[in-house]
Amino acid sequence: MAEKLLEVNGLKVRFTTEDGVVRAVDGVDFELERGKVLGIVGESGSGKSVTAMTLLGLTRDKNTRFEGEVLYRDQDLLKLPESRLREVRGNEIAMIFQDPMTSLNPVYTVGDQIVEAITTHEQASKSEAKRRAVELLRQVGIPNPQVRVDDYPHQFSGGMRQRAMIAMALSCNPDVLIADEPTTALDVTIQAQILELLDRLRADFDSAVILITHDLGVVAEVADDILVMYAGRIVERGGKRQLFYDPQHPYTWGLLGSIPRLDRPKPEKLHSIEGTPPSLINLPEGCKFRPRCPHAFEKCSEEPELKNRVEAPGHLDRCWLSLEDKRHLRESTIAGEARVA
Amino acid sequence: MTAFIIRRIIGMVAVLFAVSVLVYVVFILVPGGDPAERMAGKNPTPDNIQNIREKWGFDKPFYVQYVKMMQKAFNGLTPGQHSEYDILRSFDTRQNVVQEIKKGIPATFSLCIGAAVIWLFFGVLVGVISAVTAGRASDRLITTFALVGISMPVFWLGIVLRYFLAEKNQIFPDGGYVPLTSDPWQWLYHLILPWFCLAVLFIGFYGRVLRSNMLDAMNEDYVRTAKAKGVSARKVLRRHVLRNSLIPIVTLFGLDFAAVLGGGAILTETVFDLKGVGWYAAQSVGGLDLPPIMGVTLYGAFFIVLFSAIVDFIYAYLDPRVRPT
Repeated sequence: MAEKLLEVNGLKVRFTTEDGVVRAVDGVDFELERGKVLGIVGESGSGKSVTAMTLLGLTRDKNTRFEGEVLYRDQDLLKLPESRLREVRGNEIAMIFQDPMTSLNPVYTVGDQIVEAITTHEQASKSEAKRRAVELLRQVGIPNPQVRVDDYPHQFSGGMRQRAMIAMALSCNPDVLIADEPTTALDVTIQAQILELLDRLRADFDSAVILITHDLGVVAEVADDILVMYAGRIVERGGKRQLFYDPQHPYTWGLLGSIPRLDRPKPEKLHSIEGTPPSLINLPEGCKFRPRCPHAFEKCSEEPELKNRVEAPGHLDRCWLSLEDKRHLRESTIAGEARVA
Repeated sequence: MTAFIIRRIIGMVAVLFAVSVLVYVVFILVPGGDPAERMAGKNPTPDNIQNIREKWGFDKPFYVQYVKMMQKAFNGLTPGQHSEYDILRSFDTRQNVVQEIKKGIPATFSLCIGAAVIWLFFGVLVGVISAVTAGRASDRLITTFALVGISMPVFWLGIVLRYFLAEKNQIFPDGGYVPLTSDPWQWLYHLILPWFCLAVLFIGFYGRVLRSNMLDAMNEDYVRTAKAKGVSARKVLRRHVLRNSLIPIVTLFGLDFAAVLGGGAILTETVFDLKGVGWYAAQSVGGLDLPPIMGVTLYGAFFIVLFSAIVDFIYAYLDPRVRPT
């Protein structure tokens, strides 16, 4: 069995706001093994970015409360003091963000910003760090890196900036790379290149990747395991094949149904899941997806736990429907024919 | 870069020309009245007035007068080489306007440079402290002080300070200016109150602007990136938050500094009897003495134009996105 890098147990994140307590993450567990890609999928506001940022302590604030544990190398990152956590950030766990256009500081050169990442964690001279920055830019596919290293971010295209962000994240050889919607702001052709790059670098650097996205199509490319999140919880979790060929939760069906497909007849309009995600301040009773679920029944007023209900081990879900009902309802739901009563 | 500089210099000259025409129209043409009648004194004979009119050129068409006036202004720089009537002179006192402005420059520059150092330093300090402690008691306290500072009119603050600290309790000298070259200690001693008085408004204002700039910058994605890299909070604040927040402050400072240097510190100079350019402007306006008003306005415009060009250069240095390629 591969080395377990990261273990998250019962993670809860709550923000106290003027309107009330926001339960952004409400009980999330997962593990990450070296060399694997874990996809976290869900709509906006499902808690996926907060989960990722919490791993690095970027959500720490006087109005934030945490529960559970995030184990990395036998230490709980949630309880680590800021100064120690800083040594982990960027060094052992690195993160890249959604919008490469705004994620680089406009007043420093791309090279300077990579050098800053290196010198923060290592005793390297400026020139040594810069040589490594050039090498990293070459590895992420920036043409003519010894010249482009002195460019400012505005002289880079969106795709190049995301490559530079990746170079920066990889500069200290992290064990874990968290990519928070790395392709959302990019063209589709560039998206594919960036995903390919991430996958290649994961192999080259032997790190694990957490890939956060709202697009199942993106995780289908590269992920090994997938978490589907809804309202701060995991509603389904399993291997990529299990999730795509034998999805168990109606929310996963809805996500699958909302991917436009070339092998099906062209629909009048794109499918979407009806309704909007619930307010994280006033969560519905019982199953959190019940108000938007076309197949909700009496039992759903009680929240199902996340457990294995199918033959395949490691494939967990939170749905009361029987296996027979699921088989029966799945196709029509994915095709967008089922409606909320 | 050279093209950029040349373009800016041509632009500066064009703006100054436009300002001089405008000022000429506003102050000399429009007010009307015959300056010759005014200069002739009480009970003049018509011959007398006619004589003055011809000597000073008031009988010529306005564009000739404009060109003549500009010539006279430049001649004023080197008074020895020109006849009495070829120099721009006050209607009232017949003094050389350019030389009068030059006389005021040491006091004005001493006041403005000192005050600018104070307001820039404390303005940035106030902004940083209140941004870092935003929402806490220290922020509220500083914000309140800043608002009080912004709200206090200079003429009121100046008079109150002078009354309590210079007249009732003689801690500071009661106005006046001592040249730096004659006695540096007295120079400093005489300037402390005016410096403080002029700086207070700007400290409050710059503090408020910087505070909000920094709070905006703290929410920028690149600040999150820097934190995710593991950079220490202090370094994130200095290298990423403050560095970007100071860029707009440079614009503000350049223009404010140019304005006070160009004679804009009228109230402070008047309240503390600093006989600088602002004081001269106030005197001239009080007496509706048009040539000095015109001279001071052009002098001020020169600094505004000069400093907006300097700000552009510094801006290009600070923000690579606006750097000319």
